[in-house]
Amino acid sequence: MKIRSIKDLEKTGIEHRKKLYYPDVIKVNIGMASCGIAAGAKASFEKAVTEFHGDNGIQISQTGCLGFCEEEPLVEILGTGKPRVIYRNITEQKIADAIRGYMGRNFNKKWILGQMRDPLCLLENHIDNPVEGVAKLDGIPFLEDIPFYNKQKKIALRNCGYIDPDSVEEYIARLGYFAFLKALNEMTPGEIIEIIKKSGLRGRGGGGFSTGYKWETCAKHEGERYIICNADEGDPGAYMDRSILEGDPHNILEGMLIGALAIGSSRGFIYVRNEYPLAVKRLITAIKEAEKYGLLGDNIAGTNFSFHVKISTGAGAFVCGESTALMASLEGQVGRPRAKYVHTVEKGFRGSPSNLNNVETYANVPAILLKGPEWYAGMGTEQSKGTKVFSLVGKIRNTGLVEVPMGISLREIVFDIGNGIPKKKKFKAVQTGGPSGGCIPEQFLDLRVDFDELTKVGSIMGSGGMIVMDQDTCMVDVARYFLDFLKEESCGQCNPCREGIKRMLEILTDICDGNGKEGDIELLEELSVMIKDFSLCGLGTSAPNPVLTTIRYFRDEYETHIRDKKCPSGVCKALFHYEIDNEACNGCRLCALKCPQEAITGEKKKLHILNQDECIKCGICYEACKFDAIVIK
Amino acid sequence: MNEATPIKGDQPDEIDFMELDNIIEMDFNNDPENLIMILQAIQGRYNYLPGPALRYIAEKIDVPLSQIYGVGTFYSTFSLEPRGRNIVSVCLGTACHVRGGERVRERIEESLNLTDGETTDDMRFTFESVRCIGCCSLGPVVKINEDIHGRIGAAEIAETLEKYE
Repeated sequence: MKIRSIKDLEKTGIEHRKKLYYPDVIKVNIGMASCGIAAGAKASFEKAVTEFHGDNGIQISQTGCLGFCEEEPLVEILGTGKPRVIYRNITEQKIADAIRGYMGRNFNKKWILGQMRDPLCLLENHIDNPVEGVAKLDGIPFLEDIPFYNKQKKIALRNCGYIDPDSVEEYIARLGYFAFLKALNEMTPGEIIEIIKKSGLRGRGGGGFSTGYKWETCAKHEGERYIICNADEGDPGAYMDRSILEGDPHNILEGMLIGALAIGSSRGFIYVRNEYPLAVKRLITAIKEAEKYGLLGDNIAGTNFSFHVKISTGAGAFVCGESTALMASLEGQVGRPRAKYVHTVEKGFRGSPSNLNNVETYANVPAILLKGPEWYAGMGTEQSKGTKVFSLVGKIRNTGLVEVPMGISLREIVFDIGNGIPKKKKFKAVQTGGPSGGCIPEQFLDLRVDFDELTKVGSIMGSGGMIVMDQDTCMVDVARYFLDFLKEESCGQCNPCREGIKRMLEILTDICDGNGKEGDIELLEELSVMIKDFSLCGLGTSAPNPVLTTIRYFRDEYETHIRDKKCPSGVCKALFHYEIDNEACNGCRLCALKCPQEAITGEKKKLHILNQDECIKCGICYEACKFDAIVIK
Repeated sequence: MNEATPIKGDQPDEIDFMELDNIIEMDFNNDPENLIMILQAIQGRYNYLPGPALRYIAEKIDVPLSQIYGVGTFYSTFSLEPRGRNIVSVCLGTACHVRGGERVRERIEESLNLTDGETTDDMRFTFESVRCIGCCSLGPVVKINEDIHGRIGAAEIAETLEKYE
């Protein structure tokens, strides 16, 4: 069936909303994004399919990721008139019991994460409340009442985990493509741009440039204009784009369609990194489905507007996240950036005006059109509106994707949503902005997170990676780590970046190896200024940030490395050794059994001895000991 | 095209040129803009980029071999040398790094006696490091072929590798 009007959309929407919220069967939704699959969701899915094969009363479906990666695989079970329950850690061994338990109203409460109440977000005021008629389960909190979710507001992630990403109908059931059809039928390009400008939406890929202004500038330039989606999510520790592409691909297509209307484009490109094969697969399906409904292709909804989308895959080059490098790569070339005297909105891909936005930016666009720019601008801070998705990872209890209003404090993210640092360790820093960002220490935990505040403390928002570090993380090693990354990823065409980063890395490696000397810190600072000022593209100009922020906030750690030849965190191997604490060791033999070098000797219930000559400082004993008896010296 | 252009890793592999034609023409329209994806398809088929295949593409889509060589060496996913039956990738993203990814890498290097990018003599394993595969909640992560081993400790490496022939 081809969609020709909003009426057609409504018809499809109503029909599938029923299947989504009031199914005739027991529906088992298994979270099958890459993170869920890696945690065992695929095995659970296959097990459920075989176990209940031929049972017409049960339907096993897939959804995207609900964000709470720590508790994956997540499984939702629902049925008309029954509670909607989210189970956590549902592995292959548990899935059948969870389903049978649900059917027999024996809910295995220990496995339950919470009850699902749809986060209405877009749906409120538009359709009947999908919560009505859902039975409640006593003593079990709703998802939005548990600490991980209660400060979140889902806009970009609004459909992830709630629909089958391969089903355009389910996307339509949650008001998908309504914003696009409204724009197509009722708005001029100028009006669309005005709305996006008014909403205050800024690029979510890292730059933070106003999306509305970008569209406006691109639309002014003559030539065949292109809409490009940057899905080359290269920042290590950030994976929100992957989750959106895998959980809600139509949202991106709709955002691009609206962008195409605004700037006057009939060709779109999505540049995805090839480390994300599932995202590519789901995008291909989404494009086919949208074409089937006439929402992509020629003469969309009977108008003379046509739009085609092509997917191109990257091949593992971090620098291709930079706009000019990305466009060179799209052309089948080596991805080297060029100087931007002329911006890509004027001359970009194929030398034509090209508008490039990030996945998360596009994901916000349909919501803004549906609910209005005032609604969006009502969230956030003065200069940063709306919400931002962060991937909260590293030394944190609740790992996952969190979407929060701009302006929330780092403390709330790390300690309320993230539930703090595991194993009673002490918080040290949070790293934002990937290799272009910096490390923010404890003294700034009350910082309001938005584009400008993060810049003030020497870091950046970047694409939203938030890596939490504790007392066992060595900040000199972190700086060395990022420079090692950037040395590999520098495209090599400009001197300051290619040679400068290498020199800085050599100095940092010396410091970590115990060969640091007085003056190294100052030399690092001097080189940083040079690289920042003279590099060609953003990769180089931001490369020194991790070094500068760690020197600024953790200078004492650098000095301890250089002067005392010690690594207090126990990371830099040349600068520490392990010892057994005579008081704490109770002789359980665990460390001795695990040591690959057989460097630990001692009988059961007697003090163990660590032979320093054999020890390779692999850390296995330190991780294994339950009594903190292995200490760093 | 100069016949004698040497490319490291030229192997006397049998190249099925009919199949290459299908990939280049049918799947990718002989379009030079699709070069990266053509190379990915070929690597998917042969496990690396064989020299004769690159020379064939150059003529077929009319792009200088030097440019194809440039692309093949610039992007980290491509290999001009045959790779092992099992690809062991250790994730060195930031989240994995702070959770001990470096120690996992050292254990793999020691177990296989390889450094980044190398292949064992019996072609059983190729070892490489990757930067973030987006499974940060499971860090440290090791990917072997398509299997993701999450929350893996340095102590479990040897046993895990044993499972792959």
